[in-house]
Amino acid sequence: MKEINTMSIQFPSKSSNEAFARGAVACFVSQLDMTLTELGDIKTAVSEAVTNCIVHAYPDSIGTVYLRAKLFEGGIVEITVRDKGRGIEDVERAREPLFTTGGEDRSGMGFTIMESFMDTLKVRSKLGSGTTVTMRRRVDRRTGSGK
Amino acid sequence: MKISITEKGPKMYIYLSGDLDHHEAKGLVRQILDRLDTSMPRDCILDMSQVKFMDSSGIAVILRAHKHMRELGGRLWVENVPSQPMRVLDASGIDRLITISSLS
Ligand SMILES: Nc1ncnc2c1ncn2[C@@H]1O[C@H](COP(=O)(O)OP(=O)(O)OP(=O)(O)O)[C@@H](O)[C@H]1O
Ligand SMILES: [Mg+2]
Repeated sequence: MKEINTMSIQFPSKSSNEAFARGAVACFVSQLDMTLTELGDIKTAVSEAVTNCIVHAYPDSIGTVYLRAKLFEGGIVEITVRDKGRGIEDVERAREPLFTTGGEDRSGMGFTIMESFMDTLKVRSKLGSGTTVTMRRRVDRRTGSGK
Repeated sequence: MKISITEKGPKMYIYLSGDLDHHEAKGLVRQILDRLDTSMPRDCILDMSQVKFMDSSGIAVILRAHKHMRELGGRLWVENVPSQPMRVLDASGIDRLITISSLS
């Protein structure tokens, strides 16, 4: 896969940055021609991954969230969201629909939504050192190439 | 996120507008539950026509309001859901529990 463009940002795990993160990614990936539905799906997946860092990775403190977006030839968008937070004990279990450690405030649907809105989702995590979520989505470019 | 509430007889209409994410949901649940307790409506209608963006945080808000209405012996349904929030609700399977209609 040939890379066309890349961007990365990092920000403190404050909930006010959730809208910033998905908005920044939406702006960046918009240089590929895509439908509003595709853009909405990517924004939603970013929001889920970033919110997980804020809510679960750094539950009682402010840590740093690292976000990277890459565009590849063929209309492929890759998003990586990384934290150095507390990590996930059992990733397979965490990815199951409705599984949550967040109580009534959460629905346990974040990973399920990322999975259904993106083509691939990879979760790597180590207890005590952090989590990296990588997801890809191929968008249907209607015209031209990502210039 | 803005919320406005009107009551017509036994029906309470809750109009949400803006982004419904974790940041915005934090205070919203408390506000809705408190209002339900004070007014005790028979029906609660969540109108989402002005919601610009929603993620899984919104699912938890809807589920909690729904559960609370049940406890009060009433019903809750969701109306006028735009396409992005609708995709999130569809992926969650919440429509097996709650009546949801999309914005036409
Ligand atoms: N970055 C992370 N760091 C630590 N734990 C995480 C992280 N992301 C997810 N988890 C764990 O995985 C569980 C499932 O995550 P998922 O996003 O699917 O649901 P949720 O965040 O609990 O609820 P929702 O996303 O519906 O609000 C979380 O409850 C949490 O225990
Ligand atoms: Mg989540």
